[in-house]
Parts: sequence; C-alpha cells; structure tokens
Amino acid sequence: MSVNVQHECACGAASEETLLARLDEVIAEYRERPGALIPVLQIAQGIFGYLPECALKRIAVGLDKSYSEVAGVVGFYSFFSTQPRGRHLIRVCLGTACYVRGGKQLLDALKNRLGIDVGQTTPDRNFTLDVARCFGACGLAPALMIDDDVHQRVKTARLQAILDQYKDGTPVPSPAE
Amino acid sequence: MVNLTIDDRPIEVPEGTTVLEAARGNGVDIPTLCYLENVQAIGACRLCMVEVEGARSLVPSCVAPVTPGMKVRTHTKRVREARKLVMELLMSDHAGDCKTCDRNEDCEFQALARKMGIRDAAWTGDVSERHFDTSTPALIRDSGKCVLCRRCVTVCKEVQGVTALFPQNRGFKTTVGPAFCHDLSEVACVQCGQCAAVCPVGAISEKDETARVWEALDDPNKFVVVQTAPAIRAALGEEFGYAPGTRVTGQMTAALRRLGFNAVFDTNFTADLTILEEGTELLTRLKAALAPEGNGNGHGHHAGPLPMATSCCPAWIKNAEYFHQDFLPNLSTCKSPQQMFGAAAKTYYSRKIAKHPTDVFVVSIMPCTAKKFECQRPEMESSWSRDVDVVLTTRELAAMIQQAGIDFVNLPDEQMDAPMGMSSGAADIFANTGGVMEAALRTAYEIVTGRQLPFDGLHVAPITTLDGVKEAALTIRGCVPEWSFLEGKTLKIAVAHGLANANRLMDKIRKGEAEYHFVEVMSCPGGCIGGAGQPRMTTQAVRKARIEAIFREDEGKTMRKSHENSQVREAYEAFFKAPLGERSHQFLHTHYFGRNRV
Repeated sequence: MSVNVQHECACGAASEETLLARLDEVIAEYRERPGALIPVLQIAQGIFGYLPECALKRIAVGLDKSYSEVAGVVGFYSFFSTQPRGRHLIRVCLGTACYVRGGKQLLDALKNRLGIDVGQTTPDRNFTLDVARCFGACGLAPALMIDDDVHQRVKTARLQAILDQYKDGTPVPSPAE
Repeated sequence: MVNLTIDDRPIEVPEGTTVLEAARGNGVDIPTLCYLENVQAIGACRLCMVEVEGARSLVPSCVAPVTPGMKVRTHTKRVREARKLVMELLMSDHAGDCKTCDRNEDCEFQALARKMGIRDAAWTGDVSERHFDTSTPALIRDSGKCVLCRRCVTVCKEVQGVTALFPQNRGFKTTVGPAFCHDLSEVACVQCGQCAAVCPVGAISEKDETARVWEALDDPNKFVVVQTAPAIRAALGEEFGYAPGTRVTGQMTAALRRLGFNAVFDTNFTADLTILEEGTELLTRLKAALAPEGNGNGHGHHAGPLPMATSCCPAWIKNAEYFHQDFLPNLSTCKSPQQMFGAAAKTYYSRKIAKHPTDVFVVSIMPCTAKKFECQRPEMESSWSRDVDVVLTTRELAAMIQQAGIDFVNLPDEQMDAPMGMSSGAADIFANTGGVMEAALRTAYEIVTGRQLPFDGLHVAPITTLDGVKEAALTIRGCVPEWSFLEGKTLKIAVAHGLANANRLMDKIRKGEAEYHFVEVMSCPGGCIGGAGQPRMTTQAVRKARIEAIFREDEGKTMRKSHENSQVREAYEAFFKAPLGERSHQFLHTHYFGRNRV
C-alpha cells in the first residue's frame, strides 16, 4: 500500500524557507522534551497547512527520530495530512447520533457534489473533505463543521446553500443560522 | 517463588515469570507468533491465549505474569477454538503459495497452521495491497506475506537502533515498512537483515543470488573461487539436521568442492591478513598519540585518531556513515576480511595462477546480508573488476547443496586449498563478539612485548560474554625497545554487539564518559555467528552453542595467532610487501563517506 506524499513543497517557493525557519525554532524548543513528536507535528501542520515531505524530514532529523517512525505516526492519526489542504476543511460527523440521523447520506452527497473522496481536496483547493467522530453536538445531529463553524441538523437539500457561503474563501453569515 | 497449576500439574516458578515462560519451562508448548524471546512480548497476535480460572476472558500468556494459586489451562476447547479462529483470520490476509515461498518448510506460520490442524482457508474477504520491494542489494520484502507481528519493527528499533521499518497507516490498512510504504532504499537501512532473521514468514528475506553462482560454475571460462566466513562452519550443519554448535568445517569444504568450485578458500586467511594490517594500524595510531615524539608517520601513513574502531562489519560501517559521521576518522581503514579476500584473490592469487582478474569469479559465503551490500559498494573494485562477484548467505549455500543433491551428512571431511585456505585460530574467532579484538590483541601484544598474551587459553575472558557492551583493560609491561613508549600504559578496550549497544557506546565516548584505545563493533547480537544469513532461528541458546563451537575450532589449532600464518607471510613477501605499505593501501584499505539519513 503506497501513499503519495507531496514530493515538493506546495507551500509556495517564496515562503518555504521562512516556514522551515519557523519550524526549526519549534524543533529547537521541543527537542529536549519527552514526547515531542506529536506536538511538533501538530504545530508544523499549523505552519504549513499540511505536512509536506520537507517538513517531515526536517522534523525527523531535528528530533533524532527515524523518518519511518515519523511517517508511521503521521499515518496513524487521521488529524495529520500529507496532502495540501483546501482553504476550508469540511468535517462530517459520523459519530453514532449523527450516523443514525443521516450523517452517512450527508457525506455521500458532499462527495458527489464536490467530486472528491474523503481526505481529498477539490481541484480549486477550496474544500478538503474529511470525517469526524463526534463534536459533542449530538442533540443537533446530523452535524458538520466547516473550519470552526458548526452546522446543525443539516439536510442534503440545504448543502449547496451552506457550501455557497464559503465560495470566495470567506464565510458569509447566513440569516437562517 | 510462585505456585500455580498448568493443565492440573502443580509447578513452581520465580516471581515475575510469564505464564508462557512457566509453561514452556515445564514441558507445555503454547503457540506464539509475535513473541520473540528476549526481544518482544506484546500480546498482539493472540495465538498464545490460555484459560485462567476466574478470568472473564482468555489471557495472552506471553504478557500475563504468574500469580499464586493460578489455575491455567492451555488446550481446552475454548482455547483451541479461539486460537484456531485467530490463525484462520491471519491466514485470510496472508498472500503467496507455500510451494514457491523461500520459507517453505522453514516457516513458523506454516508450522503453526500444521500444528493447529488447519486444513482449509476458512475465511475470504478483503486482502491488503501487496508491495514488492527489491530496491536494496541485500533484502527483498513482500508486504503481502506480512502478518503484522512487528518482530522486525522491534528488532530494527530496539536491538539495532535503526528503525527503518515501522507500522504505517492504521487499522486494516496497516503495513509494516519504510516511511509512507516507500522502498527500503529511500530510508536509512544498514542492511543488517536482522528483520529477515526474525520474520516468521517470507515477508523479508535476503536477495537470492544462487542463480548467478550456478551460472559462473557452469561457465568453463570462469575460474570460480569460494571463501567461507568462519561463522559458517559453526552453523551450516543446522540446515542438515545437526544440533546448533556442531562444527562442519571439513564437510562444508567437501560440499563446496562437489558443487564445482575451482578453489575452496577461507575468509580466515584474510582475517589473519586483516589482523596484520589492523594491528599495525592500531600500533601506528597509538604511537602517534602516545609516543613522546608524537610521530605517527613511521609507516608513511597519516595516523587516525583514537579510539580506533574495527571495520569488519559492513552494517556497522553503514550505520556509522548515517549516524556517527564525526566518528568516521576513527574507523580502521582496513577493508573487511571478505573484501580483502576478493582483492587478494584477484591480484595476488590470480597472478600466482596466471589468470586475468576478470576470469576469476569470487563467491563469498557469509552469515550476513549486509555483505551483499558491501560487495557492491563502488569503491570495492580495486582489482580492475568487482573484487567480490557474489555474496551468498549460509542459507543460500545450504539451498545450493540441496539443489545439487549432495548428501551432506555423509560427506567426508576435507581440507581447504592452499594458499588462501590456511588460517590461524585467531581468524576463527572473528565470528564471535569480541573475537576481532582478541585476535588483534594476540598479535599486537606479542609485537610490543615479544611475549604471548597473558590470558588463560589466550582468551580475553571479559569480552567473550554475551553482554551488550564489554570492557577490558590491559597494562603493558616489558616492552621491546621499539615500543618502550607503551611501557606501563594501560590499554583500554570496549566491545559492543547489536547496533543499539554500539550507539550507546558511541554516546559514552562522545560525552567523554569513557576513554578507549580500541573498540570492536559487530551489528548482530553475538557477532557474525548470529548474522542474518544464518539458519533460523538464532535464539540466545543457539548463539551460545555457536560461540562455543568457534572457540573449540580455535583451540583445536596449533597456530593460534595471525602473525604465525606462513601463507600470509608469503603473500606479503610475494605481493603486498608490508602492512600499511603502498600495495596494502591500494588493495586492502578503503575509505568511508557520510550518508544522508532522510
């Protein structure tokens, strides 16, 4: 099973060095702490928007970990992504409550509408589709999150209207919510 | 002590013993797959489950400590059915056909299926994606056969400190492999092959190169020379039913001759040569560091720093090239005996028999997978062709002997050929952890003092054990005039085996916590006798038996020191001239370079 890792940084050539310099500072800060790998990966994903190969290799050398181990940890946690992310992250809840109230249908509808599978990003890099297990909003099931906004009791008929709010890259508050 | 019953039989075992150890120590076998003695007990495969009275569910015996009054049942209906189900599920995602697998009849998984009486594949369903990896010179991987036992992961990380292999992804998509399931060549792997040595299935093996050897043997224009490492003679017999620790030197020689090799030689010959080169190099470095005039250029050779480290082990060398680049000047510049042999066979010996080096084909039989990597290093071409053409493991040699229909156990003992088949007992012990050090001391001490190494049986007892890092100190008295600067000096030495132990030793040296003059490192636990090319499984008991066999081989010889080897002396007179001389540097020494870890 082979996973495609972005071989060249997609973080923009102009800023790549700046971002790696920021990463180096993080590595230096965490280097001596036990259990540094996961927090450093989290911060790195925050810096780059995802985990490009150049960042992972820098982390492996900086924390004196093998690259295979770093890759294993990245692959284990669904939070980490080695693919560039869209401007907006859609997370459909498939926790028990959301699942029984139509979360799966919502996810299928989103896949169709966006033309991508879970973990993928639309060609215009506007949306990345992901699943989640329970936001703690079971009373509002089925729920999905786009970036930090929780959308409640979502019906497939209402999906397009929700997506439209993020069309130009900035969410527009809807009067209905 | 703890009292318990296993299958109604009362037993008494020390506190802290696991149920598995208690059972196996008392004649009850429990099947295991992920468990690996002294290395891994993680309760992952669930094949070792037993029933414990009062416990709600079945208990994995490899991680369950014994408790007073415990009542264990190892083969009740419930246990048998649970184990069988686990085994059937594991089999449902195990690819390949036993008939064509290189582990056929040498496979723990196959043996378990037979022991459990599994007669058909009970489950079919999704199977994992299969990835073949032939990217490295020594090892091949077939992820389809992997049963995710994680033995290789633990050995690679804990024993070798390399972590080239690690579980990738999660759940059903889990694969054990290099970063992002890419090829092994894309990560720092030292090719030691300990992963292949502990794999219970055919997921990781050495690259089979027997076909190239058959082709050379079939070619009437090739003069095919074979060398066997000292560790082979203490292990090859296991492939033919002999007990571990049986020496088969004579029968191995006879088998090689019957396979059609034109000359049957010994890596021991160049082990003796190595001692003369490396011993001289050590003395030169000591002179540069300790002599009042501080002149290390007595041999026209710029002396490197102390401690000097051995360079016989190609996985250790590659490990240093990745992880200890600051230490590369400390490595002896001597090629390994295996590579010295190739260079000597295609220069000194080919001249002797009036053959062009390209008409001589050198085959090495090694206990090792990393030697396959070593022989293809670009710099190992000092004889106008590859110095060594093919490296086979002990297992591959056994396979060739079987393919040729040779009745190994009924072969007579034969002697190796002259001149490169002659060797001292010091060369034999290269196979054991501590052996290169002891062999070097036998010669260096005698050069410096004119007297024999003052140890019982010539063995430096503190470094012959299976402890991970061993130390010894030797105060030198009664020096001959040339070496008088060493008078009263205490020579400090350290020996490590297993690369994680070597890494710990390097850290200690780097931090200035310990000072040594000479350090020996072997990658595989136990040294070469525990190499990844040896018959499986190399347990601690097997290591001990092979180490003993090697010492008996050494002690059985009248010639116990490398500098006593008259054929090596003749090679110097006829060709190499002097240790560390110009020809030595051209053919017997090498250099190292840093490698990127990612």
